[in-house]
Amino acid sequence: MEMTRRKLLAFGSGTFALATLSSLPAFATLTDDAIAELTGGADMGEGAITLTAPEIAENGNTVPIAFDAPGAAEVTLFADGNPVPNVATFKFGPLSASRSASTRIRLATTQNVVAIAKMEDGSFQMAKANVKVTIGGCGG
Amino acid sequence: MASGVKPRVKVPKKAAAGETITIKTLISHKMESGQRKDDDGNVIPRSIINRFTADFNGQNVIDVTLEPAISTNPYFQFEAVVPESGEFKFTWYDDDGSVYDTTKKITVS
Repeated sequence: MEMTRRKLLAFGSGTFALATLSSLPAFATLTDDAIAELTGGADMGEGAITLTAPEIAENGNTVPIAFDAPGAAEVTLFADGNPVPNVATFKFGPLSASRSASTRIRLATTQNVVAIAKMEDGSFQMAKANVKVTIGGCGG
Repeated sequence: MASGVKPRVKVPKKAAAGETITIKTLISHKMESGQRKDDDGNVIPRSIINRFTADFNGQNVIDVTLEPAISTNPYFQFEAVVPESGEFKFTWYDDDGSVYDTTKKITVS
């Protein structure tokens, strides 16, 4: 095959696209790992949890987050752009009235907040919310 | 970090049996994440509250595992049902081994 200039260019850009696709951000992978560890790779449904997070958080040091997951036994929050993706795990006891709670979390940068609920029947539900952070909250 | 840690909890004083009540808790704590560096570039060691529990008459309401991503002065709001009069016990566990707790009485009519 004769390597014309046009073919060479096409070939080059193809390789470049592949390289970009394969280099996913490191933090997102950390979150995937943490989620896989929690769920054991089980399939996750969506729609049973409501995750309430601000669209834009001016101060990443304290971002209000609330969730409501009827029928959940346990809810774990992750932040996929933080140096450590785990945020908190809520376990509900017999006297808990609703499977909901709210708290304030730190976000280092603009990222997704992920809530994974382990339902009472052992299945998993997921909800995701993107939060734009103006000033990051991890200091240093 | 045992200085200046003060738990604050808001629980209604009265409720009807089986009623859903909202509880708000806050504890003043620095929640040093272990990610920050001081002026000389040394990492400031992690010092956070790693667990929070709320119980009513010995029965669990909520049990939270905290990571460094929880903000300074950890705040939680959640809901509970009270079957009878009794006492809520809130407990926070510090990384350094300290345990802070506070109790609130509630009358069910």
